[in-house]
Amino acid sequence: MSKYLPVRPYQPVDEYSPMIWENKKQHRINHQVQWLDDMNAMLDALDLFDGMTISFHHHLRNGDAVMNMVMEAIAQRGYKDLTVVASSIFPVHQPLVAMLRDKTVTQIIASYMSGPVARAVSEGECEAACVLQTHGGRARSILMEDICIDVAFIASCAVNHRGDISGQHGKNACGALGYVMADALMAKNVVAISDSRVEFDAPSIEYTCVDMVLMVDSIGSSSGIVSGTTQLTKDPAGLKIAHLTVDLLDALGLVKNGLTYQSGAGGISLAVTTFLKEKMKQKQVVGEFASGGITRALVEMLEEGLFNHLYDVQCFDLDAVESLKKNVNHHEISASMYANPNQLDNKVNQLDVVILGASEIDRDMNVNVTTGFDYQILGGSGGHADTSYGATWSIIVSKLVSSRIPVLVDRVTTITTPKDDIDIFVCDVGIAFAKRHQALAATLKQTTRLPIVTMEELAEISEKLCGKSLTIEHESRVVAVSEYRDGSLLDVIYQKKKGD
Amino acid sequence: MIVSKPAVAGTLESNDCYVTVLPNHSSGIQLVIRSIVMQKYGHLIEKTIREVLEEYQIEHVSLTLEDKGALDFTIKARVKTALERSV
Repeated sequence: MSKYLPVRPYQPVDEYSPMIWENKKQHRINHQVQWLDDMNAMLDALDLFDGMTISFHHHLRNGDAVMNMVMEAIAQRGYKDLTVVASSIFPVHQPLVAMLRDKTVTQIIASYMSGPVARAVSEGECEAACVLQTHGGRARSILMEDICIDVAFIASCAVNHRGDISGQHGKNACGALGYVMADALMAKNVVAISDSRVEFDAPSIEYTCVDMVLMVDSIGSSSGIVSGTTQLTKDPAGLKIAHLTVDLLDALGLVKNGLTYQSGAGGISLAVTTFLKEKMKQKQVVGEFASGGITRALVEMLEEGLFNHLYDVQCFDLDAVESLKKNVNHHEISASMYANPNQLDNKVNQLDVVILGASEIDRDMNVNVTTGFDYQILGGSGGHADTSYGATWSIIVSKLVSSRIPVLVDRVTTITTPKDDIDIFVCDVGIAFAKRHQALAATLKQTTRLPIVTMEELAEISEKLCGKSLTIEHESRVVAVSEYRDGSLLDVIYQKKKGD
Repeated sequence: MIVSKPAVAGTLESNDCYVTVLPNHSSGIQLVIRSIVMQKYGHLIEKTIREVLEEYQIEHVSLTLEDKGALDFTIKARVKTALERSV
């Protein structure tokens, strides 16, 4: 079976062409959903085969039980050579490792990968090269049929009598289901797997997309969605970076009415949001929207009238789940509406500012959030490259050195987001602008008290602190590729060296 | 200087290291280094430790360093403290 792999090399694109797409399932209004209560009956009813492509979503994050449940049943039937298109892989998905080894699964396509599966992939356990996409790129590749899904298995927090799916109801409500909407619209077969049958209006996914509903005891645990840090960082260096970033936003004139804002879920990003909130209150400004993965900090800003709208692709905590249910201006959006490059009215294109982390950045401002310095896959883009492209100002926040690991390197181990999409790097030592913004950097240096520095100056300080590092070697085999949001090839990821 | 009794210094927090020194009588210098950045900076960590040992003119010691990403000045301070405590 030939596998999906991006080949066209990445090149910067100023404007994308609009996507021409028609919802082929919307006419299926008389369509009857098949109800099942047994996994084996479901597998019998599906037309399964070796080499098929199946998909899952990660809205239950590390609390997801659906992927393991389905994969174990499929593996037991002896199917081989599957491509698993999972929006993200978490530590809970460890059973997949054995299925890579016995070739049940021979490729994984995901936007984020961590834990034992990521380790196995980095160690060369997967037969074909895996593809690491962005959230927007995943929606694009499915809607534009670069990737054709044979069966989408959708962890469904609740289903109603028609077979509509909702993320907001049921005993494991997890909120927005943004990442699975493309799968539901395009997959040849769609199975909703749910533990709660309740009535609701305004579904996340309409019954016209759903072929079967399988009722199970439990789809997992919604408490597993809480990820990253929910506490404000206590690290003084982190707090300093957050203060510097908000002062910078103010100096750039961005703390204004109509602000559109997104931030990552890391500790420093969260601190930026908290300090921005104080600044917005002080200046009495109201932002237009915040988007992306939604946390309690943003819910509070909506409820206090500091943002008019929240556009939510996934909920990062249970406060966000609750808010989506009760606040009319807290909207659930699809990954395509969020970040598909060919959906031109997407939310990321409307962003003024995005605040993001980095595990590595080079002097040109290429950023890596995919691998560690030892080539171990640790995560992936998620929406990093999508928001960086879309936002007017994409700002990377990180300590310059953390536990002797410098963030600023000569060459990033993997390019997750290309230099063309990154504007500013804020660290505990100062603020550096991309080369194309040097005139502005010079003006700010003269007219404000902001510590404006160059990437070269930062690199010098960093090397003085850490010393000169040895080059880390890798194996020659490519175990995964980093795909840009438009389907082009950004970088390859090598197998990590054995014996470490 | 002679290391005459066991001594420790440091912590296992991020950005710090934990140093243990033991008397080694007439068996020379034995180093054990474990570090989260061994592949990148193991060579520099060892160099720093050896510089301190030389400064204290120590010829016999068994030294273990458990490193959580300490910078050189931290390593130096922790090794020196452990040695001062071992007299």
